[in-house]
Amino acid sequence: MSEPTAQRVPMLEMRNVTKTFPGVKALNDVSLKAWGGEVLALMGENGAGKSTLMKILSGAYQPDAGAEILVEGQPVQITDPIAAKKAGIAIIYQELALAPNLTVAENIYLGQEIRSGGLGVDRRAMAEGCGTVLERLGAPFGPKTVVGTLSIAEQQLVEIARALHAKSRILVFDEPTTALSARETDRLFDLVRQLRSEGIALIYISHRMAEIYELSDRVSVLRDGTYVGTLEREGLSAESLVKMMVGRDLSTFYKKEPNQRAQDSARGEVIFQAIDLTDGGKRVKPCSFELRRGEVLGIAGLVGSGRTELARLIFGADPKKGGEIRLEGKPIEVNSPQDGIDHGIAYLTEDRKALGLFLDMSCGDNINIGVIQRDARRGGILDLARAWKRAETAFQSLRVRAASPLVPVGTLSGGNQQKVLLSRWLEIGPKILILDEPTRGVDIGAKSEIYRIIDGLSRQGIGLIVISSEMPEIIGTCDRVIVMREGHIEGEVGGETGLDITQENMMRFAAGSAAHAT
Amino acid sequence: MADSPVSATALKPGGDPTGPSTPGGPSGGAGLSAKQVQMRSMIQAIGMLPVLVILCIGFHFLTEGRFFTGQNLSIVAQQASINTVLAAGMTFVILTGGIDLSVGSIVAISAMCGALASFAPGGGILGILAGLGMGTFVGLINGVLIAGLRLPPFIVTLGSLTYLRGFARLIGQDTTVFNPDLPFAFIGNDDLFGVPILAIIAFAVVLVSWFILRRTVLGVRIYAVGGNPNAARLSGIKVWAVLLFAYCASGFLAGLGGVMALSRLYAANGLQVGQTYELDAITAVILGGTSFVGGIGTIWGTLIGALIIAVLSNGLILLGVSDIWQFIIKGLVIVGAVALDRFRQPGART
Repeated sequence: MSEPTAQRVPMLEMRNVTKTFPGVKALNDVSLKAWGGEVLALMGENGAGKSTLMKILSGAYQPDAGAEILVEGQPVQITDPIAAKKAGIAIIYQELALAPNLTVAENIYLGQEIRSGGLGVDRRAMAEGCGTVLERLGAPFGPKTVVGTLSIAEQQLVEIARALHAKSRILVFDEPTTALSARETDRLFDLVRQLRSEGIALIYISHRMAEIYELSDRVSVLRDGTYVGTLEREGLSAESLVKMMVGRDLSTFYKKEPNQRAQDSARGEVIFQAIDLTDGGKRVKPCSFELRRGEVLGIAGLVGSGRTELARLIFGADPKKGGEIRLEGKPIEVNSPQDGIDHGIAYLTEDRKALGLFLDMSCGDNINIGVIQRDARRGGILDLARAWKRAETAFQSLRVRAASPLVPVGTLSGGNQQKVLLSRWLEIGPKILILDEPTRGVDIGAKSEIYRIIDGLSRQGIGLIVISSEMPEIIGTCDRVIVMREGHIEGEVGGETGLDITQENMMRFAAGSAAHAT
Repeated sequence: MADSPVSATALKPGGDPTGPSTPGGPSGGAGLSAKQVQMRSMIQAIGMLPVLVILCIGFHFLTEGRFFTGQNLSIVAQQASINTVLAAGMTFVILTGGIDLSVGSIVAISAMCGALASFAPGGGILGILAGLGMGTFVGLINGVLIAGLRLPPFIVTLGSLTYLRGFARLIGQDTTVFNPDLPFAFIGNDDLFGVPILAIIAFAVVLVSWFILRRTVLGVRIYAVGGNPNAARLSGIKVWAVLLFAYCASGFLAGLGGVMALSRLYAANGLQVGQTYELDAITAVILGGTSFVGGIGTIWGTLIGALIIAVLSNGLILLGVSDIWQFIIKGLVIVGAVALDRFRQPGART
């Protein structure tokens, strides 16, 4: 780690950046410095202003008058993405911005192709030109590979290669590990460290504390559009960071009080059983488990271990190829989401924008869509008064922050969107509720509210299944956890297993016990 | 018009049911205020209405007062009616994210079936039923191929556009089938209290379409399927059933369009009837602000779009503009109107 000293000129300095949208001050007088050869982590809840700040850096937004951006001490005007590129700034987005049908070389040279003749493109020169960058990054693919055939992690590498090839000196990573496996994440971290040692200034945005600990030299925190402060690596602690981000203590963050819950009379009998449930072995090998009334069962495991696929089988979203599902002791057939819903099984998707919400439709419609048929008058005519009442009640009980149920759900923040989606499933009156990454892309305030809702539902006797990649979330909310690995259930912790729900116990199963033993 | 099923219930303007006291600071709830929502849905509803009004007033002055006369307005209404009916069906289809290129050819084959059936004893009701039945049947075939076999709508209906035109000529032996005693000719030529029956039918179709889209479970599901088909499936919606309905509705309404065309002309010709009607219908829907990718749009917008097309044709004819220039001007107005709309509502999809 190199020492960012006062003598050196920061690679990037943002001074007095304010950005006002009609009615909202998204950024209020924010100043930041990032030095070459260091990783500056940027943290804050959703809506704190991180993405607005990055959009100003990338030229997508213009700051209000009075803001200054300096690169290596020289003031620059970032009027558009091309200006950002010229200033040496590159952003590696959460959603990758590559053309999947083109080759790696073509993507790296996109917009600045090497011409041959008048209109032709010199593919060979381009392939050679980016070969060195790819080598430097240790890419396991060549310049002629078609990008669409690469994994997400490899595509990310292409993005980084593109940035380096454009001689970028400032690299911003926006939640880069969201879609990566543990091994891919490790590889990315090595790469980040390598870039740091090459003197590049790295800005790293992430919600994951563990990554921040591992990588960052300094952490700057934003809250409600204002700059809260910066912590040096030495002074880093989870409590201080959370306090800075939220502005209050989170001692009662997770709501679980398992001992008390265990005594509740509502819970106890087995409500749901999966027996050798499989999709034919593709992603889910035969899985058996049971769920009790009022129990919160966690499904842990690495990304790609088959957790979501198992949930989709239970719900009827994908066809099952074998095994049996029993609800309250009786075998049931679930061949479509409609069947699942009819039996009282609800599934909150991990990808609420692509698979959950109707972003252009009102919150009210989004909440009611699962029950409008049930509520309708004869002939399929909507019962508007009832729909309105449901929407208003849901707004109040889940504390959705939006002006009215008429607002298109796409205009809400992540946390409020999630509450709307959750309301949809609560309205059907589920016996079993599967929550897949229930707090993904949700700010800390809404997170704790969602945990409280989970706790409340379990007290009502609903059987809950929580799938999560965040170990603290599993530990904090679940009574019992099954751990999946490569499509099957590798082990179980909590409940009557005698194993505590700890990160170590779960990781041992998730990584495979044998592998761990060596 | 109301933008959403729940919005029809009383909305207290400015009412903020949640209040500012909820935890977590103000940053999270960056939604729109109730007033903004009202504004937005109003702008969306008005859409192209100003363009229509300006066109009407402009033509009125340019033609020295010949536009706003009872007789001329009745002609405009009549001219707009068949396209309005087709465009209503097209609205259902485009709202689901699809397209129906076959409506012009459905008009032709339905008109032909209606004409042939009208010679039979009791041909009045039989002719109408033959036209409507044929349209619905073809719509069903389109729908089964698209919803059942999951073939792309563009290709399926491009195919039916072509083969239906052939069938229409085939069953009419490639001649004009003329019935001077067409029992239901009154549909195309009579008025009711000074309003052409064709226009009354068209307006009734718009009203029924509005009711389906905004007041029924099916309507909400049409928007849902068009807005996000994956989410629709995971919400328990039978996506195939919704698509099947949309194409059947479009086929049925094109069949109705065929009956209307037949009743106006007393005749059907497999080659000529309904040529390029699908383009006018699509134009009306797009002018009406319906998103081409599905999920956004209103039937009132479609009505306004159809009226713009009819007013434009009528006004240019009144002015004595040659039909070559009519094409050029109509095309440019369409592009200009949509560009204006995009400018007025930045970020809106078309």
